[in-house]
Amino acid sequence: MIGLNRKDALLFITVTVLVILAPFILNPFPEGTAMAQMFNAGYPDLMQRFVIFGILVIGFNILFGLTGYLSFGHAAFLGIGSYSAVWMFKLLSYNVVPAIILAIVVSGIASLIIGYIALRRTGIYFSILTLALAQMCFNLAYSVLGNPQKGINLTNGETGLQVYTSDPQYLMGENAPELPHLFGLVMRDSLELEIGSWAFTLNAGYYLCGVIMLATFYLSIRIFRSPFGLMLRAVKSNQQRLSYTGLNTRPYTLCAFVVSGMYAGLAGGLLSSMDPLAGAERMHWTASGEIVIMAILGGAGTLIGPILGSGFIEYFKNILSKINDNLLHQWLSFLPDGLEDALVWVLHFFVGKGWHLTLGILFMLVVIFLPGGLVELGKRTGGLFDRFRNAAEGSGKERNQSPRKAAE
Amino acid sequence: MSHTKLTRRGVLKTSAGFGAALATPTVFTGASWASESGYMNAPGDSSCTLGFNVPQTGPYADEGADELRAYELAVEHLNGGGDGGMLSTFSSQTLDGTGILGRKVEYVTGDTQTKGDAARASAKSMIEKDGAIMITGGSSSSVAVAVQGLCQEAGVIFMAGLTHSNDTTGKDRKANGFRHFFNAYMSGAALAPVLANAYGSGRKAYHLTADYNWGWTQEESIKASTEAVGWETVSAVRTPLAATDFSSYIAPVLNSGADVLVLNHYGGNMVNSLTNAVQFGLRDKEVNGKNFEIVVPLYSRLMARGAGENVKGILGSTNWHWSLSDDGSKTFVRSFGTKYGFPPSQAAHTVYCQTLLYADAVNRAGTFNPCGVVEALEGFEFDGLGNGPTLYRADDHQCFKDVLVVRGKENPTSEFDVLEVVEVTPVEQVIYPPDHPMFAGGDLGTCNPGV
Repeated sequence: MIGLNRKDALLFITVTVLVILAPFILNPFPEGTAMAQMFNAGYPDLMQRFVIFGILVIGFNILFGLTGYLSFGHAAFLGIGSYSAVWMFKLLSYNVVPAIILAIVVSGIASLIIGYIALRRTGIYFSILTLALAQMCFNLAYSVLGNPQKGINLTNGETGLQVYTSDPQYLMGENAPELPHLFGLVMRDSLELEIGSWAFTLNAGYYLCGVIMLATFYLSIRIFRSPFGLMLRAVKSNQQRLSYTGLNTRPYTLCAFVVSGMYAGLAGGLLSSMDPLAGAERMHWTASGEIVIMAILGGAGTLIGPILGSGFIEYFKNILSKINDNLLHQWLSFLPDGLEDALVWVLHFFVGKGWHLTLGILFMLVVIFLPGGLVELGKRTGGLFDRFRNAAEGSGKERNQSPRKAAE
Repeated sequence: MSHTKLTRRGVLKTSAGFGAALATPTVFTGASWASESGYMNAPGDSSCTLGFNVPQTGPYADEGADELRAYELAVEHLNGGGDGGMLSTFSSQTLDGTGILGRKVEYVTGDTQTKGDAARASAKSMIEKDGAIMITGGSSSSVAVAVQGLCQEAGVIFMAGLTHSNDTTGKDRKANGFRHFFNAYMSGAALAPVLANAYGSGRKAYHLTADYNWGWTQEESIKASTEAVGWETVSAVRTPLAATDFSSYIAPVLNSGADVLVLNHYGGNMVNSLTNAVQFGLRDKEVNGKNFEIVVPLYSRLMARGAGENVKGILGSTNWHWSLSDDGSKTFVRSFGTKYGFPPSQAAHTVYCQTLLYADAVNRAGTFNPCGVVEALEGFEFDGLGNGPTLYRADDHQCFKDVLVVRGKENPTSEFDVLEVVEVTPVEQVIYPPDHPMFAGGDLGTCNPGV
């Protein structure tokens, strides 16, 4: 179907259904309860982040998962995309279409330049080169190109680039919304559904990002299954041998680099479209590191891994960091006082500002016990079920189902 | 999903569903939260939620922690707990310990990480998920500007915490945003006469400036006001925000012919650069026949404590200090001290005031509607919050009050007693027109209730 084999089509349909139903799946607890206050993730900002970072890591995975080139500078393209989009808002209008297009184009050009330089080396040297070039971009954005008191002010420095009422906005219509919109449909607008005591938010911006993510996901499947994808895999398994056969690998790797850079730019453009402010810290090397962690946590080189990894990290980042001692006391109030205090004291280090610690531990556990990331976890659980079923049915005919399960 | 078969009918069904999903956005009519009450996140009858968005990690985590303490104290007082704090000294007496407009005050907290992006994400989750009606906090100007912009778009009130850059109420001012803290221009205007008095006119100043928005505006402000009292600026050097060792920046100061070093640094930056400068023996030098001096325009007690011995005798300015002896300050220091065991910092003071000011404005407006609150706060004159008579100017939503010029104490009696107030510069000296060049280019716009 639609150019995909059966397995990939099923995977794609599953992801599609998940994207459509995410506002419901992510709000499992009824409105107003303590569980809802903490663990419900179905609010627009976080859902948008899930899919936008999904796009980013899907793109990163085309480079890292297929060719094995570990780029430590992808946040630079995210930032470049963000700035380009905000500039479109400042110069043209709040319509997101030109913003997203320019974000992809500019980040494509930037990745061509950075890729051309960095891909002269492989392995750790490539990583360091991308890291250095991305940090250069960060510093340019942070102070060199961002001082309002100097002539050139492309990025507005540390304050972040934003739209002012004094900006030209040449294509701005009479009654056009004062917020990013898609031909009049404001990204911030939501449809609130109340079913019983549950409340679900269907946000316009989220669905736009969701549709774009599905498109990029489809493209990524096609790339994975194409001869080009096969060539990239060959680069990963043995670039030297490939060169000995007389093939020039550079165009392939450069192409993969540019494609993944454009994915990152698209993600940046979408970030700005959801929230029209671009800050330099988006390009910081720690942000690049986070992308790498997302890819590895989810399962590098797999189709669904990037989406899982980015969702996982964004969830913990936004949910765990908001739990404070007060809430812990509320939850644990059923325990005897001494025990409650002791438990809160211990948990204190893992929530709120300590969420990095929790994430670090989870990351270590995944890398040590599940080198294939969350995808491997799915695979193993799937395999476990199969084994049970096979034992019960006494036949092995279901065995071929397991890879698909993992993908789900 | 273990037995899904891919049939023609199944595919058709799925694509129909997919199409429906694509069509969903077109049925959206508008921001739905606000449809009934006429404004965003209207609180219920029993409670209202405030969002406290402070740095819990990163370079300003100390300030953030102190802010959070003050917020918790303010909530306690608003809900009638504790000793009531500054509720009793506040000139506007609408707050009586029954919450805000009879609704119990609840709060959510978030970590800004001192990054604009993280701060906005955190504020958004407060608005979208927790239904916060007001966002407050922040300990750096870029975060304040970023979150203020977000609150303007989303349609909630933003009460800025510690932000000293001119831009917050200058070119980045917003109708939904309010700042109680003073700014770089006021620091300059208050400091310059004191500096001229203490060190004489005709001094040559060398600036070391943190290379970001706040540093630039402070450098600009201090330069302008010191040059107005006859000083000369020899050079202004930018240092990266992430720098921890400033030795390489200090050495050239010695050969520049300057006799005053101005450190436009804050937090850990200031602690390190001051320590480096003192280690290089700058303060024992004599240049142009005058004693070499160091100035730190924006002081805070937390920084002074970090720099230890080195701050002794160094002049700077601050928004508030716990040693003030007016009723408001004394009451606040007492209730903060009783609860936490040490005196509050200026960051704690400003956010405590902001919370009370917001609560009072809602009470006076009789509604949580941001536009009502904006109206109640604009041009509001009050007293009893520790800074003397204060005005919330309608033109730029900046508070105007006396500015304190402080000096590092020579003989501190405790680890908190590190600064002494040298002069209280009256508000007339630090006020400026709303269209002053350093603040020009901004536009408040109109208040946004989020509908």
